[in-house]
Formats: sequence, structure tokens, C-alpha cells
Amino acid sequence: MHLLPTFAPASPQAHALTTLFIGVLIVLGAIFLLVTGLVIFMIVRFRDRPGAPEARQIFGWTALEVAWTLIPFGILAVFSVFMTFADHVADPMVPAGRKPDLEVIGHQWWWEINYPDSGVVAANEVHIPVGKAILIELKSADVIHDFWAPELGRKIDAVPGHPNTLWIEADAPGTYLGTCAEFCGVEHAWMRFRVIAQNEPDFDAWQRAQLAVPSTPSAPDGLAGARLFTDKTCVNCHAVAGTVANQTVGPDLTHIASREMLAGEAAKNTPDELFQWLKDPNAIKPDSHMPDFKLSDDEAHQLVAYLEGLK
Amino acid sequence: MSQIVEAGVAPNLIASERAGLLAWVASVDHKQIGILYIISSMLFFLIGGIEALVIRLQLLAPGLHIISPDTFDQMFTMHGTTMIFLFVMPMLTGFSTYVVPLMIGARDMAFPRLNAMSFWIQLFGGVILYFSFLAGGAPNAGWFSYTPLSEKAYSSLAGVDYWIIGIACIGIGTLAAGINFVVTIICLRVEGLTIRRLPLFVWMTLVNSFLMIGALPLLNAALAILLVDRFFNAHVFDPAGGGSALLWQHYFWAFGHPEVYIMILPAFGIISEVIPVFSRKPIYGYEFVAASTVAIAFLSFTVWAHHMFAVGMSHIANLAFGISSMLIAVPTGVKIFNWTATMYGGRIRFTTAMMFAVAFLITFTIGGLSGVSFAVFPLDWQLTDTYYLVAHFHYVLFGGSVFGIFAGFYYWFPKFSGRMMSERLGAWHFWLTFIGFNLTFFIQHVLGLAGMPRRVFTYPDLPGWAAMNLISSIGAFMLGISVLVFLWAIFDGLANGDEAGDNPWDAWTLEWATTSPPPPENFDRVPPVRGRRPLWDLAHPDRADEKVASA
Repeated sequence: MHLLPTFAPASPQAHALTTLFIGVLIVLGAIFLLVTGLVIFMIVRFRDRPGAPEARQIFGWTALEVAWTLIPFGILAVFSVFMTFADHVADPMVPAGRKPDLEVIGHQWWWEINYPDSGVVAANEVHIPVGKAILIELKSADVIHDFWAPELGRKIDAVPGHPNTLWIEADAPGTYLGTCAEFCGVEHAWMRFRVIAQNEPDFDAWQRAQLAVPSTPSAPDGLAGARLFTDKTCVNCHAVAGTVANQTVGPDLTHIASREMLAGEAAKNTPDELFQWLKDPNAIKPDSHMPDFKLSDDEAHQLVAYLEGLK
Repeated sequence: MSQIVEAGVAPNLIASERAGLLAWVASVDHKQIGILYIISSMLFFLIGGIEALVIRLQLLAPGLHIISPDTFDQMFTMHGTTMIFLFVMPMLTGFSTYVVPLMIGARDMAFPRLNAMSFWIQLFGGVILYFSFLAGGAPNAGWFSYTPLSEKAYSSLAGVDYWIIGIACIGIGTLAAGINFVVTIICLRVEGLTIRRLPLFVWMTLVNSFLMIGALPLLNAALAILLVDRFFNAHVFDPAGGGSALLWQHYFWAFGHPEVYIMILPAFGIISEVIPVFSRKPIYGYEFVAASTVAIAFLSFTVWAHHMFAVGMSHIANLAFGISSMLIAVPTGVKIFNWTATMYGGRIRFTTAMMFAVAFLITFTIGGLSGVSFAVFPLDWQLTDTYYLVAHFHYVLFGGSVFGIFAGFYYWFPKFSGRMMSERLGAWHFWLTFIGFNLTFFIQHVLGLAGMPRRVFTYPDLPGWAAMNLISSIGAFMLGISVLVFLWAIFDGLANGDEAGDNPWDAWTLEWATTSPPPPENFDRVPPVRGRRPLWDLAHPDRADEKVASA
């Protein structure tokens, strides 16, 4: 990730915002230098010195004051024109009848991502094909969240009862980090996500893989883990295609092994960190809705074996 | 004006005739109530500052577990609520309560008992708010408690309820104070002190009072509805029951944006007194400074939805609120230029008060300019709810309001106490504050541009984030030290300060025409008022302002 993602736009939408920002910053910077220069001039030049004469009593000069009232109007008028242009590029009107490509739903504290055309259900990783303007319909399952991937475009709130739309696009393949930007409760910090932009063939392959039903584990550890997944009531919240697990309270785990991160990016998706997450969720993401099942080490290892097989 | 005579309080209520603590608790004297406001605000400033340091400690490095996430949420909620409602607002109200009657040559406020109620009910609100720590946990939904997060379903503990009741009490006290100031300034001015001759601090208090009267009821209405939602499931702000989550935001910011100006206009007033006195010149363009205040006050009620550019409003609403928000920059810029021009040709004395006022010109300008970058609403879509926003409003509220408060504190301390504060300690306080403040908050602009959202208890170790947070935390602890120096300077001034005399700064407004501190009845005799600077006219009868103006 770039040091300043807001200055590293990777989409036409984000480009419009960055260009506008640079222009505005130059003008604001010039005003700042003017004011600071004037203030410094005054305090250096008119500092009280021994023997200086009494200050001349000046009450103002209307012409000058009218000037510094009117000139800012001109600057703001220019800003208004450019901001209207940027608005049209960064947040174009949605054509009537245009169906969203993606449905993103904010939950405390993870993101559900649905692909209505293909039926893919993902979590915390938004895969998109490059070079296409993708229309997202953004919703919330509980409180207000905010979807923000700064390199790809604007941020927008996920407001319960008030679905929003958002265009994102990526010029080149890559991973773009994003985060929930509206305070949404105790684990707001770990409600991060990533957008993974892929070339069309890779994206299609990813979709096909996501739609495949994972095979039943063959190794004894994995089989035991699959049994635990049902017995330990994981199935009350999570779904795994091809099994009895079909709940949508928590993230869909059908292809959890294909993801890079866990728990809203509080942990990496490695067998070791997954083991710790299952053993003691509170150590990684305190007060999240993932319960601590007091698993034994063996049980946790078996669950890891099962889940890491869900490619 | 004959009202002056009747406006005094009944003699048996003049608190100085009572003894000890009761003299303060039972007081209806505006000077004692002003001091009470200032003392209680200072205490809450210290508490809010400690909360800020806890926040900066937790964010010192990525992945720390010094406090729990829930405690962190309580800290930033209480920090914001405390600094806004229990420090900046009552501190400025305290200055106005003490100084305004003196500046207009009155014996007291128009309604002395209401004045006492204003103070005590807002302190009561603060006590209720802090009692929440003992009652299951402080509020943790942020200082603007967005619904539905602040609804019972997501905040089941009592913290939010204490927040509602506490803030509502403060709202009532502030509203009453606003009414009191308006009546006092309209009715109790000494003869000759026309509206066009009012000291600018009084002008801004007057305009500010209308903001209080207009804005606080919106807040209290919203709080009442939220309370009904929480206790009786009214679902007004709860989408799960058919309510609207965004309605709360409209209510809150319709109050919240005028509130921003409630916290800055009196500071503008202080700057408008301090810069002329220490430049040894009248304010440059009195009419422009006064009129721009009225413009800001009107505009402040038309810009609230710029806090909501990210909620998904229509294009036309975004554009309208973007433009109205940018317009506020015009009257604000006018003030900055007028204050700067006031120094032109002056003989500037760098007292601590003046140093804070000059620093205000620069730091507040940064906050104002970064504010414009939010009014350009497509930029708000990148910047809002990041650390860039945190930096912006601290430049406005700390670099603006708090620097103004410090300037006012050093300026009026001799009047309040009869003693001078040490300029040497004052200089230490100033430089530690100025450097610590910029160290803490300037880097946060960059942190926001690097993508760090606000209100996170920890953060991933992305490029630069750890270093920038460390710098910010170091600055915060420097600020902590500067506050200790400030306290030291206050106690040193009280204990060892030189006698102030009536008018140590050779200033020109009426509060300097009486003893320091003033007697209970304020004045033996109020000097004649024929212009904006009665004490200048008194000292230079041949060059009185009205003669110069007519010449």
C-alpha cells in the first residue's frame, strides 16, 4: 500500500478526487502563506522598541476591506465549478434500470459481499474485474458503517434503512486496502477489508472456484473438524455450502481458506493465527460476536484442518 | 439609562456579605459566578486532557492493549463531550459572565438568579455525566451518539442515558445564559454605550447568545426523543422499527454546527480585544469585524448537512450545502485580515496574551482553510472520518478556541484576581503549548491522507502509521506538560504576582476603569462613554476617538 493512498488514485473516480484535492491544496496553501507572511511581517516590523513613537491610530480603510471581502467570493466560485465537475466523475448518476454488480452489507464487524449475477457470497474481500465501473449497492444489517477504499474512490456510509450506491473501479490488477470509516461500535478498528482487482479471466476463475462446493475432507483431522463444526454450534452463525451449515449471522466460510485475512483483518489467515482466533477470539478481537468455545488444543487443530481445507 | 440602578440585586443577596464557601454557593454576583464557571471548566479541562492522553497512549504504537477497546470508546466519547460541553463552552460563558457586565458599565447581569441557575445546572449536568463511570460505564457512542448505535439494541448499558440527561442539563443552562446575555446587553448598557460602540467581545457575546437560543433547543429536542426511543421503544431514530437513522444526524448537526460557532465567536471577541490593546491601536475596521460576526451567525444555521456528505444525500443537496459552507470562509477570512491589519503600524507588546492571540491567527487559519477542503464536498468523501478531520477540528477548537481562551485568561487574570501572572512562566506555557499542539495535530493531517480512520482503538502497521502516531503522542504529552506549567503559572500569580492595579495593560474598555478585582457593585462611577474606547478618550481628551473620526 502507498504511503498516501489518497494521493495514489487507481481509478477514474479516485483520480478526479485527487486532482481536485491537489488544485484546492495549492490555492489554500497560497492563502496560508499569505496570511502567515503578513502576520510575521507585522510582528517583526511593528514590534515595540524602546523609544518608538506612539502608534498612529488607524481605524480602517473601507476599500481594502471590501477587497478582501469580495476576492474570496471569486476563489470560492472557481472551487464550486471544479467541485461540480469532480462530483460528476467521482459519483456519476446511476442510469435508470442499472442493476448493481455487487451488494455489500456492513455488519458489526465484518463485510458481507454478494454477487447477484453469479450467486457468489464472500466476506471482507471484494473481488472485481479491472477496467470496469462496478456499481455497488451498500446496505447495513445493524448500525451505520462506511465503505472506504481510498485508492479506488469516495467513501460512503452504509446506513440501515437507506441503501446507497457507489461506483468503484480499478485501473490495474492489485490489492487495495479499505476500512470501515464510521464508528460502529467496539470493534470498529477491525472492520477492514480489501479490494482485489483481477484481470477478467482471473476474476472469472475466482468466481467459478467460489461457486464450487468444497469436497468433504479426507484426512482424519479434517473429518473430526467437520464434525466439531456442527457439534460446537458453529453452524448457528456460519454457512458452508454443501453442509447443513446455512446461517448468515457471521461470514460465509465456504471458501475461507481462499482468503488472505481473518476477523476483519485483525489476523492473517494462517493455520497458526486461525488456531489462536478459534482458541481465544477475545485475544485477537475483544468483544466481537465470535464466541469463545473453550476449545481444547486438539479440537482447535482439527477445526483448523477442516477450515483450511475449504479452498 | 435608569435601568442600571434597578438592575442591581437585593442587598441581602450580595454574596460577599456571607462567609466562606456559602459565599460562593449562594452567590448571585456575576463576578463570582464567572469565577465558578472558570474554575469548574478548568477542572473539566484537566479531566478531558487526561482522557486525551489515555487515547494517545493507546495509539502510541500499533497493536497495543493498554486499555480495552470499550474503555477506548468511553475515553474518546468523554473527551469530546467534556471538552465541548464542560470546558470550551462554559469557560467562554464564564468569561462573558464576568466581563460583559463590567464592559457595559452595569452592576450585574439582568437576571442574577437565572445566572446562578445557568452555572449550577450545567455543573450538575457534568456531575451526572461523570457519575456514569460509577454506574456501569461511561457513554461510548461518540460525542454525537449516532443512531442506531446509541439505541438500546446496540448500547444497552446506562452510559448513553447519563450522556443524554447530562447534556440536556447543560443545554438548559446554556440556553438560560444566552437569554440572560441578550437582555443584559440590550437593557443594561451605561448611558452613551450605543450598540455601535459596544466592545467587540460584547458584540460577539450578543451574537453568540442568539446562536445559543437558536441551537440548544434543537439538541434538547433530539435528546428527549432519543431518551423516549431508549426507554419506551418509540423507534423514531431506529430503522429496525421504521424510524430514520439520518433524522438524528439532521437534528444533531442543525444544533452541532451553530455549536461550533458558539465555541469560537467569544474567542473571536477575545482576540478582537487583545490584539488592539497590545498593538496600541484601535481594531482595524470595527464595522467589518462586527458585521462579519452576524454573517457567520446566520450562515451557521444553513450548513449543518456538510457533516453528512458521506451519508448518501442527493447531488443537489451536496452542492447546496457545499456552497453555503464555503461561504462561511468569507466573513471568517475578513476577520483574519482585519486582525492582522490591526497590528499594522502598531507598537506590539509581546505579553503572553498577545503571543496566544498572534498564534491564534496562524493556527486558526490552518483550521479554517482545512475546513474549506471539507466544504468542497467531493474532497469530504475522501477526508471525512479520518485523522485529517481530527486534525482539522483540533486546529479550529484548540488552535482557535483554546488559544483564544488562553489569551483571554492572561488578559483578564489581573482583573479577576488583582495580581499579575508571571510573563516568564507565561512564555514557557505558550511555547510548550504552541510546539506541542502543532506536533500533535499537524501530522494527523498526513495520517488521515494515509488512510487512518478516526475512533479506532488500534491500527494495522501500515507504512508510516506507527511513526506518525508516535510523533502525535509525543506532542500530546508535551501539551500535557504545558498544562502543568499553566497551572503553576496560575498559582504562582495568585501567590506571588505583583499588584495589578486598575488597568495594568493600559487598555481602553470599561472593565479596566474599576479596581482589580472590582467591588461587589462593580463601579463607584462609570466614566462617560462617547466612543468605543472610553478610557482612551479619558486619557487623550484632545484626541478622543469621536473627534478624530469627525475630523
